[in-house]
Amino acid sequence: MSRVASVFQPGRKALIAYLTAGYPSREATVEAAAVLAAGGCDIIELGIPFSDPLADGATIQKASYQALQGGITPQDCLEIARRLRREIATPLVFMSYYNPILSFGTEAFCRAAARAGVDGLIIPDLPPEEGEELGASARKHGLDLIYLLTPTSTEARIALVAEKSQGFIYLVSLTGVTGARQTLPAELEDFVRRVRGKTAKPLCVGFGVSNPEQAARVAQVADGVIVGSRLLELITEDSSLAALKSAVSGLRQALNK
Amino acid sequence: MPAKNIKLPNERGYFGQFGGKFVPETLMPALAELEQAYREAQAEPEFQQEFLRLCRDYIGRPTPLYPAPRLSARSGGATILLKREDLAHTGAHKINNALGQGLLAKRMGKSRIIAETGAGQHGVAAATACAMLDLECIVYMGEEDIRRQSSNVFRMKLLGAEVRPVGSGSRTLKDAINEAIRDWVTNVEDTYYLLGSVVGPHPYPMIARDFQAIIGGETKEQVAATYHRLPDYLVACVGGGSNAIGLFHPFFDDKEVKFIGVEAAGQGLKTGHHSASLVTGRTGVLHGTRSQLLQDSDGQILETHSLAPGLDYPGVGPEHSYYQETGRASYVAVTDEQALEGFQLLCHTEGIIPALESAHAIYYAAQLAAGLTPEQLIVVNLSGRGDKDLDIVAKRIGVEL
Repeated sequence: MSRVASVFQPGRKALIAYLTAGYPSREATVEAAAVLAAGGCDIIELGIPFSDPLADGATIQKASYQALQGGITPQDCLEIARRLRREIATPLVFMSYYNPILSFGTEAFCRAAARAGVDGLIIPDLPPEEGEELGASARKHGLDLIYLLTPTSTEARIALVAEKSQGFIYLVSLTGVTGARQTLPAELEDFVRRVRGKTAKPLCVGFGVSNPEQAARVAQVADGVIVGSRLLELITEDSSLAALKSAVSGLRQALNK
Repeated sequence: MPAKNIKLPNERGYFGQFGGKFVPETLMPALAELEQAYREAQAEPEFQQEFLRLCRDYIGRPTPLYPAPRLSARSGGATILLKREDLAHTGAHKINNALGQGLLAKRMGKSRIIAETGAGQHGVAAATACAMLDLECIVYMGEEDIRRQSSNVFRMKLLGAEVRPVGSGSRTLKDAINEAIRDWVTNVEDTYYLLGSVVGPHPYPMIARDFQAIIGGETKEQVAATYHRLPDYLVACVGGGSNAIGLFHPFFDDKEVKFIGVEAAGQGLKTGHHSASLVTGRTGVLHGTRSQLLQDSDGQILETHSLAPGLDYPGVGPEHSYYQETGRASYVAVTDEQALEGFQLLCHTEGIIPALESAHAIYYAAQLAAGLTPEQLIVVNLSGRGDKDLDIVAKRIGVEL
């Protein structure tokens, strides 16, 4: 069983946290990841900044832009992962648009990521139909290639993603881009159950989740919850990371209930 | 209407190694629905007849093929023929695709249309088609382009469209496409994305090409009627590449006809300030398609430059990348300065003010003609009229309006 898959144990709901690598600085990313690990996050998603993040809302767009202005490269992201792997035991997953990986070379990238101690990949603009090439390299180097499902996914697509996704399946809670939302869609539970009927793989819900109440609601039906934009907002608001620490603790408690 | 001579793209949306569907999962069902609706419409004679009727009665097609005697004489060689897309309603070829896709959206029962625009020509075309077909229209446009093309912004508003400024990234066409895709991801249930060029995920490069192929189809008949033969060269400017593919595609199997796409070399290829993705780019994925791209060594998309806003795009349609790889077409690049020369040349010799985009093709065709003989025929796609560019040109040649 992969390190990602082994996170999902009976009785524990996984907390997955997203950080944009290099936002607001390389050092801050490493410090924030340590806070996340200590606060009970089960998987850390490290976002590789891209110039054209078309699946992201304003928060991650700004973070990516700033990180790129700060000169961050995919090589730097690998270096950050390598450091984190030495300092914390939490499984690490890269979230990246496809072009930086294609540019690096899919095989070379998977080899480098595995060597840095990364456990999986999430590529929001790579549906399984286009994932053969990257999937082969990921398998070879022991990386889980995690695919996404959305409320618009048809039954046939749910079956396809359920078959191809490794580690867990990323359920996008809503039709839209990333970003904290006040409310999650009323149809969320139906969507999760619809997927549950088709697969035994762990299901984690992300996009829009920003507070403990929402996390608790998601945990009623799913195996894990993914929080991203809200955490970046807290890092922006309070560089001491005290607000981040308190938010992670609140989310963890909501999932433990 | 559509050229049926080659079976490309394949069922996965690929032209050789280029194309595909690199989009968020949310859009995958929408793309499948679009493709199915398009194939049904294509197979339905009534849909085709309606499109062709509106091409005639509303757009004013067929557009003339004008043998340009003074331009040809000045160039001193081949006979240059201008395909007058500038005379199409709204003043550019963009209306062919906007009308076709507008009809398709209507047929699919979508009431809300979104579009992106660079120069504003596609935005105007989309707003026009939507007004005529009674559809709501929202156009995303980069703030930099809004500044450069204010008259087109006003035209879109007059036509009832809402223009939404995009302030992210380079604030030009690529950022407008990002924002349109974000809107589509959010409102996919009731929204039709009317993409304006032969770029984006499958089936867009195929759909936009098929509606634009009316340009090449007419050209073939017009050349045959007068000269009883095929042309020797087809020359067209390439940003995303829709006017070029529209002209080239129906001649694909006519191997003796040479295709030349003219990209924007901006301030010069060596300066890095250009938009020549085929001439200088390498393969990557942007906006849902795998094609030639201007990117840095880390796969970040580069900011582009062209005096012609419609060419200011870091990618290019996948069918062009395929034509380049297979040698079916060749691609060259023309600088801002040279395009301005082409612009003034056409004004002076033929009394036609071309769009700055088309002026790139004019300049190159004039150079090409010089080395050929009068029996040889060069067709240039005069893809748009230049009224929208008067401010830019005045500023460049130092005239105060």
